[in-house]
Amino acid sequence: MLNPKLKLNTKLFNTDVEQVPIRKGFGQGLLMAGEADSSVVGLCADLTESTQMNLFADKFPDRFIQVGVAEQNLVTVASGMAAMGKIPFCSSYAMFSPGRNWEQIRTTITYNDRPVKIVGSHSGISVGPDGGTHQALEDIALMRVMPNIDVISPCDAIEAKKATLALAKTGKPAYLRLVREKTPIITTEETPFNINKAEIYWLPDVGLAQVGIIATGGLLYRALLAAKELEAEGIKTKVLNLASIKPMDVEAVVALAKETKAIVTVEEHQVAGGMGGAVAEVLAQNFPVPMEFIGVQDKFGQSGTPDELVEHYGMGKNSIKEAVQKVLARKI
Amino acid sequence: MSFLSEDKIKELAKKANEIRMSIIEMLVEAKSGHTAGPLGMADIFTLFYFHVLKHDPKNPSWEERDRLVLSNGHICPVLYATMAHAGYFPLEELKTLRKFGTRLQGHPHREYMPWVENSSGPLGSGLSQAVGMALADKMDGSASLTTGKKMPDRFIYAFLSDGEMDEGNTWEAVMLAGKHKLHNLIAIVDRNNIQIEGYTEDVLPLEPFHAKWKSFNWHVIEVSGHDFRFLNEVIEEAQAVYEKPTVIIAHTIPGKGVKEFERNYKWHGKPPSKEEGEMALEELNNNRF
Repeated sequence: MLNPKLKLNTKLFNTDVEQVPIRKGFGQGLLMAGEADSSVVGLCADLTESTQMNLFADKFPDRFIQVGVAEQNLVTVASGMAAMGKIPFCSSYAMFSPGRNWEQIRTTITYNDRPVKIVGSHSGISVGPDGGTHQALEDIALMRVMPNIDVISPCDAIEAKKATLALAKTGKPAYLRLVREKTPIITTEETPFNINKAEIYWLPDVGLAQVGIIATGGLLYRALLAAKELEAEGIKTKVLNLASIKPMDVEAVVALAKETKAIVTVEEHQVAGGMGGAVAEVLAQNFPVPMEFIGVQDKFGQSGTPDELVEHYGMGKNSIKEAVQKVLARKI
Repeated sequence: MSFLSEDKIKELAKKANEIRMSIIEMLVEAKSGHTAGPLGMADIFTLFYFHVLKHDPKNPSWEERDRLVLSNGHICPVLYATMAHAGYFPLEELKTLRKFGTRLQGHPHREYMPWVENSSGPLGSGLSQAVGMALADKMDGSASLTTGKKMPDRFIYAFLSDGEMDEGNTWEAVMLAGKHKLHNLIAIVDRNNIQIEGYTEDVLPLEPFHAKWKSFNWHVIEVSGHDFRFLNEVIEEAQAVYEKPTVIIAHTIPGKGVKEFERNYKWHGKPPSKEEGEMALEELNNNRF
């Protein structure tokens, strides 16, 4: 059942569940962060509307910088603004930022310790028809490998709003990973969000779970659908929403592994170096258990609808269920 | 920042000579590092830290200070030596350059030496950071009607190398600064005509360099990087220009001050040996002011 303590969307499993692009939540959150703190500034590389920064730019034109199609400049200018006490959010498509400007982010933001927030919209395979060039499947790996940066991947628009507001206050560098497509609303305004704490969204009605599913970003919804069907088929699972990949709530991840002794990770990203890899690093050191990884298996994407692509690359509900069965069979 | 008297110019020349000697001593001791760039920029660094900059070595984090962003971090021996001579930290510490545990990292790192404005090394992103600083100050200026705060009375100086003008990131910053007419931003390019693998015009020609900057809506001034009086005058001119950012193309002699090292790109990226260092120190020590 959905964790009753978290006040999640009760209509989550309805066919007409409300769907909103995750990036919309960022747009609203940035506007609210800007209203709350005049130090918050926005920078964009010619994608203001599609990254939803236009809400902020329209309200605070004097605190918005249009840098043009220049992603290296986007983050380095933001570094300079942060040096003067600003809290810059800089947005583009994830493929271009942090895809194109990694070294600039490393030297001038993380190594330089400037509290710049890099917002990568249109991440993952679900960018769809634009094809492989625009589908960022490596960005979690690129960002989480660096010291001194938080990496957050919200599951829906409401969580994205809360994450944006939270990141405005951390005083350190961050990467916020967003998805373009409409995504079912999982949480509510009342659902707790804390960068340092991951929550169990799905749990058995009674007793212990047999498999732990750890999901991040837009695919959390499919993980919950899989968990619900598995329950009807007699397999008890818990689903952990790992919105904050870094810092990771190690306690929650290890507790889930101790309870279930079998873990499936779910993310719209290359399996190599992504959230699943981060979980594996933690579990290998603390409590090794069999794992299965849902994600893109060392391939580039292609054009198609988001649903077609998610299914084709093995990240759909049925793939998650199969991975649960597989890891169950591997349990020692 | 004001008129430079003859006495003051002599004083600066003497100080620059001392800083060059410190640079040689540091590099010999470190056994690695860059020689030509730091020696070539010694006069400009001296003029800034002993005359131009609004700063306080005893209170390095003074909020109202000017900001000096060094983009080509590999010339940091001249930054460290000048800062030590200006009183930011003890001169003896210069001997720790590039050694384990030092605050004087091989390329500047704020975590170890917080009195530098930025960590740098990889080329091409210093001007962007300076643009961001100048934009932030301008933003505070345009918000002053509602906040009651004034635009900070300071300049952002970006020190760049000519070699790093190969980097696309630099030109992105040049374009953005022109768009925003950042009069509070002054870039100084060390036009020494060398980079690691040869002369800039052989590796990737920059000329017509002056015209390039001009076409991006910058005010452009060319000057010798070793003439304190002219340098000081053009900096005053740059500060007075209101409608554009200014770039000062400072023609410097790489390795300046030591005949053996001057104008030879082979001295870009290596330190003097002990013997070469002694020879250089003797030459510098013989200068009279």
